[in-house]
Amino acid sequence: MDAISLIVRSIFVDNMIFAYFLGMCSFLAVSKNVKTALGLGIAVTFVLVLTLPINYLLENYVLKAGALAWLGEEYATVDLSVFSLLIFIAVIASFVQLVEMVIERFSPSLYASLGIFLPLIAVNCAILGGSLFMQQREFANIGMATAYGFGSGIGWLLAIVGMAAIREKLEYSHVPKPLKGLGITFIITALMALGFMSFSGINI
Amino acid sequence: MALSSKTKAVLLGPLSKNNPIIVQVLGICSALAVTSKLEPSLVMAIAVTIVTAFANMIISLLRKSIPNRIRIIVQLVVVASLVTIVSEILKAYSYDVNKQLSVFVGLIVTNCILMGRLEAFALGNGPWPSFLDGIGNGLGYGWILVVVGFFRELLGSGTLMNFQVIPDALYEMGYENNGLMVLAPMALLLVGCIIWIHRANNKELQEETN
Repeated sequence: MDAISLIVRSIFVDNMIFAYFLGMCSFLAVSKNVKTALGLGIAVTFVLVLTLPINYLLENYVLKAGALAWLGEEYATVDLSVFSLLIFIAVIASFVQLVEMVIERFSPSLYASLGIFLPLIAVNCAILGGSLFMQQREFANIGMATAYGFGSGIGWLLAIVGMAAIREKLEYSHVPKPLKGLGITFIITALMALGFMSFSGINI
Repeated sequence: MALSSKTKAVLLGPLSKNNPIIVQVLGICSALAVTSKLEPSLVMAIAVTIVTAFANMIISLLRKSIPNRIRIIVQLVVVASLVTIVSEILKAYSYDVNKQLSVFVGLIVTNCILMGRLEAFALGNGPWPSFLDGIGNGLGYGWILVVVGFFRELLGSGTLMNFQVIPDALYEMGYENNGLMVLAPMALLLVGCIIWIHRANNKELQEETN
């Protein structure tokens, strides 16, 4: 039950894009049509779901203060949390590379449609942000961490697909010239974020 | 110090025509989240400038010895080490600001400005121009942050750098702080307006399609 409420919360209330602005760069750049937006959204969700549990294990059994206690008494005071950033990003980057190779080998058609976005995911702030928030919130177990990853990924997917749909419709409207493209995208995102704020404060 | 025209272009281009945020659309993530007050915006701007400059320089020094296939991981490791240093320094000397910035200091690692500049500039240029390019892009990023932070703090809380600037008399006359400005979406709206003004003045940057 906790896991479900966490998923719902991270989709609507703590939405990666509208509440924390994470993954904005690719959100703005790749939201021009629904199909590619959907592909990127799925890829991001996939990587989030896979990297969060790994980073959770690393955080709790290697990095946190006293996390190395399982190695023996003398390690109980070791605190490696300074390195968490390095480890997290290394896990994410190597994971993205791994996923890229696996997809390339087993499903060339999916690879062709995701191709360019896959390497981009390594530097998508939403992924690293997920790991850092996981560290900050100290989830109770690995299941919760995975649920959080899944929820955040779906939230991100929802946002980028919605945005792409609006931008496709926007083709037919008269936007002031200097606002065209980037400017209006920012303003739409702001309005969408205002809409999503109505979810805040909901306790499920 | 006399600068040649090329170095000048490298240093000053990112301030306006090539601005990382409003033209290249890089590094938006952190830019928006930390700007509800002026002070964290300033700190963030300085941190990003330092990290970009040094990461650019280091990658530029290493550029001939990095195998192409794993260059992203190498870049990320260099950047992550620099960011770790910056974040430890912040924790030591201004803990309050560090608390306000929360995960966003760590997120400098995935700030697209860094990767973008490393890929686009540092891999093909010498260390000194790369360093200047880093400074230029950091400053171009910084001034947008500071402008957004300035307006959000002024209109949202009536203060600047935590000092009250709107006189009490005005409040007595019925002036209210605009609480909406402190909320996250207003940062997007403000950046949208900056883009609008900027593009109105630079016609060549206007886009044809939505």
